[in-house]
Amino acid sequence: MRTTDLLRFNLQLILRHRFRSLMILLALAIGVAAVNLLTGLGEGAKAYVLSQFSLLGNQTLIMLPGKKETSGGMPPLTGEAPRDITLDDADAISRLPGVSAVAPMLVGMAEVRFNARQREVVVAGTNSDYFRIRQLQTQQGQILPQLNLDTASPVAVIGSTLKRELFGNSPALGQWLKAGDRRFRVIGILDSKGQAMGMDMNDLMLIPVASAQVLFNQPGLFRVFIESQSSEAIPDIKQRIEQLMQRRHDGVADITLVSQDAILSTFAAILSTLNLAVSGIAAISLLVAGILIMNVTLISVSQRTAEIGLLKALGASNRDIQQLFLSEALLMALLGAICGMLLSELSLLAMRLHFSYLAFYTPWWARLLAFTVAVLTAMLFAWGPSRRAARLSPISALQSRQN
Amino acid sequence: MIELRGLSRTFMLGDQVVHALDDINLSLNAGEYLSVMGPSGSGKSTLLNVLGLLDVPDSGQYILEGTDTTLLKESARAQYRQTHIGFVFQSYHLVGRLNARENIELPLVLAGMAPALRRKKVDTILEQLGLTPRADHLPNQLSGGQRQRVAIGRSMIMQPRLLLADEPTGNLDTQSGNDVVNILEQLNQQGITLLIVTHDNTLGQRASRRIRMVDGRIVSDECAAAGRS
Repeated sequence: MRTTDLLRFNLQLILRHRFRSLMILLALAIGVAAVNLLTGLGEGAKAYVLSQFSLLGNQTLIMLPGKKETSGGMPPLTGEAPRDITLDDADAISRLPGVSAVAPMLVGMAEVRFNARQREVVVAGTNSDYFRIRQLQTQQGQILPQLNLDTASPVAVIGSTLKRELFGNSPALGQWLKAGDRRFRVIGILDSKGQAMGMDMNDLMLIPVASAQVLFNQPGLFRVFIESQSSEAIPDIKQRIEQLMQRRHDGVADITLVSQDAILSTFAAILSTLNLAVSGIAAISLLVAGILIMNVTLISVSQRTAEIGLLKALGASNRDIQQLFLSEALLMALLGAICGMLLSELSLLAMRLHFSYLAFYTPWWARLLAFTVAVLTAMLFAWGPSRRAARLSPISALQSRQN
Repeated sequence: MIELRGLSRTFMLGDQVVHALDDINLSLNAGEYLSVMGPSGSGKSTLLNVLGLLDVPDSGQYILEGTDTTLLKESARAQYRQTHIGFVFQSYHLVGRLNARENIELPLVLAGMAPALRRKKVDTILEQLGLTPRADHLPNQLSGGQRQRVAIGRSMIMQPRLLLADEPTGNLDTQSGNDVVNILEQLNQQGITLLIVTHDNTLGQRASRRIRMVDGRIVSDECAAAGRS
């Protein structure tokens, strides 16, 4: 048979059994769409998480108090360390060769008040280098002044949400707010930046680190951001900082240094595995579609027994008959897969429009996988029934009742 | 043209062996008009199936135009069915979702002929059978006689040498039955070898050569030139 004739023959069949065809198409489309959607969502989430960390830039190290022991467990991101990291430590690090900027950070919660309004926010004590490392800009006013690390100053840069909540539409620059029992003058308002590493950059107050020490009555730093002159120098600097800190802390290595690469690769690995598992689960729905195809092909074979007998009498060989049924299943699989693709692409597009900061794209491998698996399952499950059809004896097939 | 030598075919019916064909010897010349009659279970349908290469005998030889078909593979037999043999069935066996034109066209489609060539051939056949106004009708919109004419059109579209008809008038009233037989006999006069299997005595008597079968054996084989009406 010619390909066009085969196509027409099968299309006539599919159109004649509309309900049956629709069910198969639906099952296949859902399977393909599930694989595409889930991987698309997963990839979007992964890209989002990774982008959060890549805000750091690959020239930056983060120093945390405490040391991850070889016994395992989480690095002490927030935990208690035996020895605090002090401002002197940060100062010493800033004098190491190859280090271009050092931003200490001390974080606490404080109630910030302006007139009658008050709001509980994150208050971070840091210095002007922090703005440079995190690429923060102000929409109004200026950033924290360049001071010695141990010099306190009653000035603050606030996030845009905090500004709106406390001041509404009235100007905030130059106003005095109260945080705890201290007063700070607003000198700058941050650009809207969204979340970064778990901190809402719109709803916080940045003050000089020495002021934060007084405010929270705590000398130890929460973490220290260290920027190197180049990304190649990172391993060297890491080693130098470790040696320096060990010397300063009486020979105890009680700090943890984290680089962006380390965080990124860990998260990327976790998320990729998760993604793969999820798409595997989605692929099971394709298997279900395959079983449906098998059943429907079996029904089709038994309904069309008389026709098979006739086609054989008209000169169709076993191979022709098998080809006929396989191509019917293949056509269904292709149509279903295409419907599924369209469905998932449209859904992802809708989601991208709705959540503009999340990039939901199905990677090409997932599309290929979904398509191939759909077509292969269709072929695999239609193989048995079509073989059965091909082997029907023409005589008994002709004797069976016509549909 | 056709030579059957010692042909046998047995079936198992429960634990009983049934000899549907028992040592059949028969030769047919090209252009003959043959009727096969006999009671139910006498093996006449099995003979038709074997002659039509739908069934394979257990022993013996079936030589069709010099080829021993019992040695052929399944695909080669399919090829022979396609090019040499036409079938007309009692229950027409038209494909319900295809219209008259498409049903007649089906063997050409299976053979992979180009659409332009097919169209011309089908048009000629439709004209010949008086079916042109009904070409776009589905089988369930046609009368019994028209359906059987479509089936005959389908059987002759490949210009076979041998036409096998199994009770071609069995489901038809006398008038349309007569029409159908007339068409078949016209084809025979044009040189096609025609074999009709039937219960109907009057139909059987019209053939120039009449075979009677009982229990898988040929019990009489008479030629009568004056059998025609």
